[in-house]
Amino acid sequence: MLGRLIGIVLAVVGAFALGGIALHRHEPINALWLITAGVCIYALGYRFYAAWIAARVFAVDATRATPAERLNNGRDFVPTHRWVVFGHHFAAIAGPGPLVGPTLAAQFGYLPGTLWILIGSVLGGCVQDMTILFLSMRRDGRSLGQMARDELGPFGGFAALIGTLMIMIILIAVLGLVVVNAMKHSPWATFSVFATIPIALLIGVYVQNVRPGRVLEGTVIGLILLLLGVAAGGWIDQTPPLGRLFDMGGPSLAEFVIGYGWVAAIIPVWLLLAPRGYLSTFLKLGVIVLLAIAIVAIRPELKMPALTQFVDGTGPIFGGKIFPFVFITIACGSVSGYHALISSGTTPKLIANEADVRLVGYGSMALESFVAIMAMIAATLLDPGVYFAINTGAGVVGATPAAAAATISGWGFPVTAGQMAALAHAMGEHTLFARTGGAPSLAVGMASIFGSTFGRGLLAAWYHFALMFEAIFILTTIDAGTRVGRFMLQDLVGQFWKPFGRTSWYPSVVVASAAIVAGWGYFLYIGVIDPNGGVNILWPLFGIANQMLAAIALSVATGILIKCGKLRYAWVTGGPLAWLAIITTTAAWQKIVSTDPHLGFFSGAADLAHKLAAGTLTPAAAAAAPKLIFNQQLDAWLTVIFTLIVWLVIVDMLRVAWRCARGLPTLTSSETPRQLSRLQEAPRLQTAGEGGS
Amino acid sequence: MSWLKALWRGLRAVSGDDAYERYLAHQRRAHPGAAALSRRAFFQSELQRKWSGINRCC
Repeated sequence: MLGRLIGIVLAVVGAFALGGIALHRHEPINALWLITAGVCIYALGYRFYAAWIAARVFAVDATRATPAERLNNGRDFVPTHRWVVFGHHFAAIAGPGPLVGPTLAAQFGYLPGTLWILIGSVLGGCVQDMTILFLSMRRDGRSLGQMARDELGPFGGFAALIGTLMIMIILIAVLGLVVVNAMKHSPWATFSVFATIPIALLIGVYVQNVRPGRVLEGTVIGLILLLLGVAAGGWIDQTPPLGRLFDMGGPSLAEFVIGYGWVAAIIPVWLLLAPRGYLSTFLKLGVIVLLAIAIVAIRPELKMPALTQFVDGTGPIFGGKIFPFVFITIACGSVSGYHALISSGTTPKLIANEADVRLVGYGSMALESFVAIMAMIAATLLDPGVYFAINTGAGVVGATPAAAAATISGWGFPVTAGQMAALAHAMGEHTLFARTGGAPSLAVGMASIFGSTFGRGLLAAWYHFALMFEAIFILTTIDAGTRVGRFMLQDLVGQFWKPFGRTSWYPSVVVASAAIVAGWGYFLYIGVIDPNGGVNILWPLFGIANQMLAAIALSVATGILIKCGKLRYAWVTGGPLAWLAIITTTAAWQKIVSTDPHLGFFSGAADLAHKLAAGTLTPAAAAAAPKLIFNQQLDAWLTVIFTLIVWLVIVDMLRVAWRCARGLPTLTSSETPRQLSRLQEAPRLQTAGEGGS
Repeated sequence: MSWLKALWRGLRAVSGDDAYERYLAHQRRAHPGAAALSRRAFFQSELQRKWSGINRCC
């Protein structure tokens, strides 16, 4: 009864807040509306939809032993308290994606992105994460690829593997581009990001050799050093000869990131990867909490209109109409296929009770979606003119501050070169024009929020802290991704040539890592030399790839539901699958065939080739043009391949569903038979003690 | 005070700070008499295991 009452109150408040957001058209709206709408919608989704799915669709059985209990080995299979699993899972899924996507999608105004983040997560992303987590838990924690192979057939498994590898390469490239653009010609940012590397090494040695396994001690020391690194960066910036040393251009920074990624992938994990993983996790959780407190404390007004004229597809940050591109740009935060890989890896092996999948699967994703809402707030509380000045490439608005300010003001978003110079000065930068990639504008937004709450005098320090915060877990994702990509490649090639598959054979390690780094390094380098910023091309490609991975995951889930005789509930995953299939296919189609050079890959390449032939490009642009032309064509073909893979998986799933409906034989279910749990006889706290102490 | 203790326990559990103690407890319970790994060896093998799969996302 009380639950119902709370539900009704939540529904009323949520509807009121959402209505407020949608109808407040011509006056500024307070960020608190977004926060309120978000909290209510997540609570409703969690309380009713997720509970219904768990009870009816999954028929979660709290007395059934989970793999953590049956296979408990004190290591990866350990029954763990649900809040601890929640923390692990959230730390693993929450990366830079939900920060960058909403920032870019803000070019349409705050409304489209916000609605998609809220609705996409409660009906799509959270459901995907929870379903994959549940299915993997019922199958001893098997990976998405294995489940696809076991339940659909070898083709599904192969598609999932190739899809994962490709999205990983695009993902790392685009994240590398974000970091490079944030550090470009900024000695302060470059120093504080570089400083994270020796700090991580130091903590690695500390936790490995000085005080083995004392993770918390090491982390605390590391966090203090990181803050000192940011402070030292400010000093370096003010000290000319040192400052010049860290004043690097895009291409040299890209070369550095590429070289670094390769080294990080071949040295032992304890030295660099693991310690930076700890630091970035703690920093991330800390900043998210701080940001939430600060937004509620200062209740900023959003200055961006609800909708901008760019919904018609003429947007300067990336091309394409609001449909389907808002759904492509915001992947993480709404639906992220990559999460399916986490939900089917480490996490299911920790679940102590089947009923915990709702909190861990659905709840973590709702929290990640909330992070995306905060990123949207940080982007839209800036003056729209400032937002566009930071996020638009020089190739679109003009290379000089005066030209860029005039172009952007001409769109109806007034901004002056003087205003931007003052802002850059306040943030401790030389210029903030054309700092594409989303990280700098998010950092400006975060610095203004933190500055108003925790001290205005430190704006520049907050700005560079925010940049370092983003960079540190982008670098973690780059290293971890390269390493996993290397394992996949070794596994793949190892099927044809055995020695290469031995993951500890050093020549194989070096070569496979180099191949993966070369893959993402290529896209990163092209993005860096692109005068339009590169993100306009790479981010949609990443969005399409990530959503397609989600479509593969949802196909596997839908196929399994149908095979288990739950056809009448297949819409729970089938609905989001249909929507993702529609938006990704539409987006892919437009990226391939559009005649608008701003949008279509082939037409973009043709347009550039035409300009090159006509001799209208500057010498620098003409030198880069052949590479950019080739890259656009390559991107088009990649999009074709992604689309084909996804549709083949969907057709494969429908084939299995059809055989099932006709009563024809299909692969037998790989679900592990039920065993009675012995943990559940003990009270709940006992379970916590088992895993938690 | 008890909630502070619980918070500390939770923090240690989430960060993996108490992983070795949990492992020792498990060894004692499941394989009494068998030799357990040293703290350092355990930690090293844990890191290898943890970072060999996909554990960071976008």
